[in-house]
Amino acid sequence: MSTESSVDFALAIRAHALRMVHRANASHIGTSLSMADLLAVLYSHVLRVDPARPDWPDRDRFILSKGHGAAIIYAVLAERGFFPVEWLDTYCQDGSKLAGHITAHGVPGVEVSTGSLGHGLPIGCGMALAGKREGRPYRVFVMLSDGELDEGSNWEAILFAPHHQLDNLVAIVDYNKIQSFGTVKEVLELSPLADKWRAFRWAVREIDGHDHKQIESALTSIPFEPGKPSVIIAHTVKGKGVSFMENQLAWHYKSPNAEQLKQALAELGLNK
Amino acid sequence: MRTAFIDTLCELAEQDERIWLLTGDLGYSILERFANRFPSRYVNVGVAEQNMTGVAAGLALCGKVVFTYSIANFPTLRCLEQIRNDVCYHNLNVKVVAVGGGLAYGAQGMTHHATEDLAIMRALPNMTVIAPGDPVETRLATRAIVNRPGPCYLRLGKAGEPVVHQTPPAFTIGKAITVREGSSVTLISTGGMLHNALQAAELLAQERIQARVLSMHTLKPLDNESVLAAALETSTIVTIEEHSLIGGLGSAVSETLSKGMPKGIRFRSLGMPDRFADIGSQECSRRSYRLTPQGISSAVQDMLSHRC
Repeated sequence: MSTESSVDFALAIRAHALRMVHRANASHIGTSLSMADLLAVLYSHVLRVDPARPDWPDRDRFILSKGHGAAIIYAVLAERGFFPVEWLDTYCQDGSKLAGHITAHGVPGVEVSTGSLGHGLPIGCGMALAGKREGRPYRVFVMLSDGELDEGSNWEAILFAPHHQLDNLVAIVDYNKIQSFGTVKEVLELSPLADKWRAFRWAVREIDGHDHKQIESALTSIPFEPGKPSVIIAHTVKGKGVSFMENQLAWHYKSPNAEQLKQALAELGLNK
Repeated sequence: MRTAFIDTLCELAEQDERIWLLTGDLGYSILERFANRFPSRYVNVGVAEQNMTGVAAGLALCGKVVFTYSIANFPTLRCLEQIRNDVCYHNLNVKVVAVGGGLAYGAQGMTHHATEDLAIMRALPNMTVIAPGDPVETRLATRAIVNRPGPCYLRLGKAGEPVVHQTPPAFTIGKAITVREGSSVTLISTGGMLHNALQAAELLAQERIQARVLSMHTLKPLDNESVLAAALETSTIVTIEEHSLIGGLGSAVSETLSKGMPKGIRFRSLGMPDRFADIGSQECSRRSYRLTPQGISSAVQDMLSHRC
């Protein structure tokens, strides 16, 4: 697949996510948009998954540890054929399978339910360890937020993975630098983030998390070093793609009204 | 009990390649027998219970039956949300094992007293909660939980608990074991209180009070049938647990009785009041909570003579 196809895919899933949070009057659109390009490349060019066989034992695993970014991953899975696109209309509605925080129950393609932060990487370590010890070919990808790295449980897992040489494990940090109450710098500074992972013996690559060529190059070069887990620190922009949402803390919470949705879709070149 | 557990787990792991064992760097001189025989299915994750439980969930999602092991509250309360979200919500084959349930580590201080664990584990959906009464029940319970899909909490004592069952009883999860027949009162114990309950029954027999003794090794699902039968047939019920009086065996039995309580039933729960235990040996603490054979026996006699 060409980079062009993942660019189109990123547009499509951004549009879905915007419509979903508008319809549901839900939060967290900023975090969905910041990782849209990462997900688009992952699901276009990288992950070995099969919508017809979501439980295929040797499939690659993707865990969304930042579970509040659920809207856009549901959009990805629907577009890839794991479940009908119509399901997206039920996002956050009464009785829906699609909760505001990602939920695996009855949703093909979702490996793990998350929502409370700091849970995905330890689970990913367990999956990677099983694969490693049994010589299975699958890889495990875990998407983390930056604010999530405040959780100590992540650092337990960050210690664990290199000790067990889990080079089938890839962490991706959606480093949009805004968390719940303000910037990461203001709330709890992570810098120097790459140095921290290096000190914990991970192989680190920093990229522009919106540049599809850089994303694809990184994701197709894993493991960066044999015997080491890989981490991609993806510098991103919260709310990316919609000018009035970009880098705005408020869009961690707000839901676009009809007028704002129209404007957002127009900016994406999707007039509807 | 811990030796009975690990020996049984080794026997099971010989036959069942799904079985893994994770520890949070505790179990020195006990777990080596598993680690040496099954190194590819053993991980000492280090002193990191949250990660241990998450790793267990990840392994279970790949088809393994995973035991997590540590002492006192470390494998439960330290990583409670991982148990709730990662293990119970996904209904995974993770078996949480705590050694030193109750006050087995009494002199080590409050941090090592596991005295609210049953209440907290019992409240989690999908969780089965088991506290075997002696080393024989420990062996049977370990076998039973491997064959029961889904999460389980296995609360063990420590070492040197007396063997109560001279021959292995029939063991079914969710079904109490009648250890002694009796018609005037029923003593229901859980975990390592079984031995004291039985001794209390002997003391009561000397007073011509015939006590039935039930080993309620499974707190969840509770054997409602045996509880209600005991209420009907003996009219007086006393629960005995080395645990807070909030949320454990006494609460579970009273929940059952409140739904189907026949009239004129007397009920009392023996256990620990709602405060942290003093520092002291298990024996000393049991005396202060009336959890010794004498304490249980006198509490029953008080009840039967309407003095409480």
